[in-house]
Amino acid sequence: MAQTAVADSDTGPSLTELARSHGLTKAGRLPRLPEYTRQLWSYRHFIAAFANAKVSASLGSTKLGVVWQLLTPLINAGVYYLIFGVLINTKQNVDNFIAYLCAGVFIFGFTQSVVQAGSQSITANIAMIRALHFPRASLPIAVSLVEVRNMIASMIVLVAIVLLTGEPVTFQWLLLIPALALQTIFNTGLALFVSRLISKVTDIRQLIPYILRIWMYGSAVLYPVTFFAERIDGWQLALVESNPMLIYIELVRHALMENVELATSAPLLWLQAAIWTVLVGFGGYVYFWRGEKGYGRG
Amino acid sequence: MADQRQPTVIADNANIVYRIYGSVAPGANSPLASLKRIMTGKKSAAVREVHAVKGVSFVAYKGEAIGLIGTNGSGKSTLLRAIAGLLPVERGGGIYAAGQPSLLGVNAALMNDLSGERNVELGCLAMGMSPAEVKEQAPGIIEFSGINDRGDFSSLPMKTYSSGMAARLRFSIAAAKKHDVLLIDEALATGDAKFRKRSEQRVRDLRKEAGTVFLVSHSEQSIRDTCERSIWLESGVIRADGPTDAVLKEYETYVNK
Ligand SMILES: Nc1ncnc2c1ncn2[C@@H]1O[C@H](COP(=O)(O)OP(=O)(O)O)[C@@H](O)[C@H]1O
Ligand SMILES: [Mg+2]
Repeated sequence: MAQTAVADSDTGPSLTELARSHGLTKAGRLPRLPEYTRQLWSYRHFIAAFANAKVSASLGSTKLGVVWQLLTPLINAGVYYLIFGVLINTKQNVDNFIAYLCAGVFIFGFTQSVVQAGSQSITANIAMIRALHFPRASLPIAVSLVEVRNMIASMIVLVAIVLLTGEPVTFQWLLLIPALALQTIFNTGLALFVSRLISKVTDIRQLIPYILRIWMYGSAVLYPVTFFAERIDGWQLALVESNPMLIYIELVRHALMENVELATSAPLLWLQAAIWTVLVGFGGYVYFWRGEKGYGRG
Repeated sequence: MADQRQPTVIADNANIVYRIYGSVAPGANSPLASLKRIMTGKKSAAVREVHAVKGVSFVAYKGEAIGLIGTNGSGKSTLLRAIAGLLPVERGGGIYAAGQPSLLGVNAALMNDLSGERNVELGCLAMGMSPAEVKEQAPGIIEFSGINDRGDFSSLPMKTYSSGMAARLRFSIAAAKKHDVLLIDEALATGDAKFRKRSEQRVRDLRKEAGTVFLVSHSEQSIRDTCERSIWLESGVIRADGPTDAVLKEYETYVNK
């Protein structure tokens, strides 16, 4: 088997057997899923430190850095309102279109930025992966954490907009927390999925902007969700309305606003959201874990 | 006699291949071309393979320090990365190691936008230390690296460091932890003479703490001073493996040919 027998000639049994008899482990062995999860948990401080480092590296240490976190969603909302609320007027019969629009833009933006940053999380840190040994899932998870921070800033803006546009504060607002929690898990799964996919098939990175744009148009971000029911029906409508982003956006609108017309009943939306969260969260994690040992290859 | 010595790293017919995607003609990266490739399931236009390590076998024992020599591009860094489990070994062979080997390389990445202190924290956490350990070790690491000898540099971003300073900091971080197997890839070369002495002493200490050390260096003196055994790698194949003096002599005649 070994063509180059340069090793110690006094080893009778094969080298692999020798390794096994001394309890050496194979370099690059894939740990089992529970073991991997435990490792990941023991690296939680690294994940937090890496997420913090990413924030401070991107914002710099300036005071305005933090202000931008609030300013960016505000500017986004303003631009979309100008185009879709005033110029094209897609609001149809939605009472409080500005709050409706902002909820869509911010919630979609949360997932969108996780996908964008997640797609880079392996390729941009390849040198670190080759140099240090840590569970690779730390990187996409840190990306997701960074975006949670940005999301909290945009939720502050959103709540302010909702209040300023005259929506009452109700107990239903509390539903915002589980809805965002589900979306965060969904996003993390998506970041894990995308980062492995792109580390293997780099071409897909070129397509991500287009995929995200199509996804946004299908998520009733810029126009009311009733837009779909008026134009398509049957399985097509069912397909559009099973879109996880549409579901998460609907849940947030339902939580914060009175008198919004939902695609389906709220309990059904919650059920669908939970299914998507488990499916994508767990599926993305398993998919990423199975590639754990190949990320250094680049 | 082999029974008394405890093997720590075993390579059995290890082959390592890099696959390089891309380096494609202009236009081949457009969205449409990408889509076509994904749909048809074809690999990106040009996939090239570099067979960097070819059928390497050796056994390293506890308490050994092994020098790895060879001309540029002979596969030394690649072999170390594979021992560390950072690069996969091709089917049909394998590399086995005791515990988790740690690789210390010239470009062991730290974050350039962050201060030296934050990098120390991040690097230690990435090596698996707890926050309490990090807090305890950090001052010692910065002290050992000597980056603060000329003013308070540890609070400045790493991009303001000279390459020697950055390399010293990286070495200090890695050397702060006990390793079963420590792999050093030209990491001592960039430091000045004073730091080199200090770090070579540290390597000897680490070795005494029952570990195995692999050292890649272009400084013959470093290899002679720290390693009693050497492996000469050329074009991914082991050309010689034995006592440092003999291997270095053979290597010299090859290089001076
Ligand atoms: N990331 C990489 N992608 C593709 N080929 C690589 C990569 N790194 C090294 N190689 C190739 O592998 C071979 C061995 O390189 P390396 O292990 O870095 O050599 P050394 O450290 O001995 O100078 C070289 O032919 C080099 O071109
Ligand atoms: Mg090298």
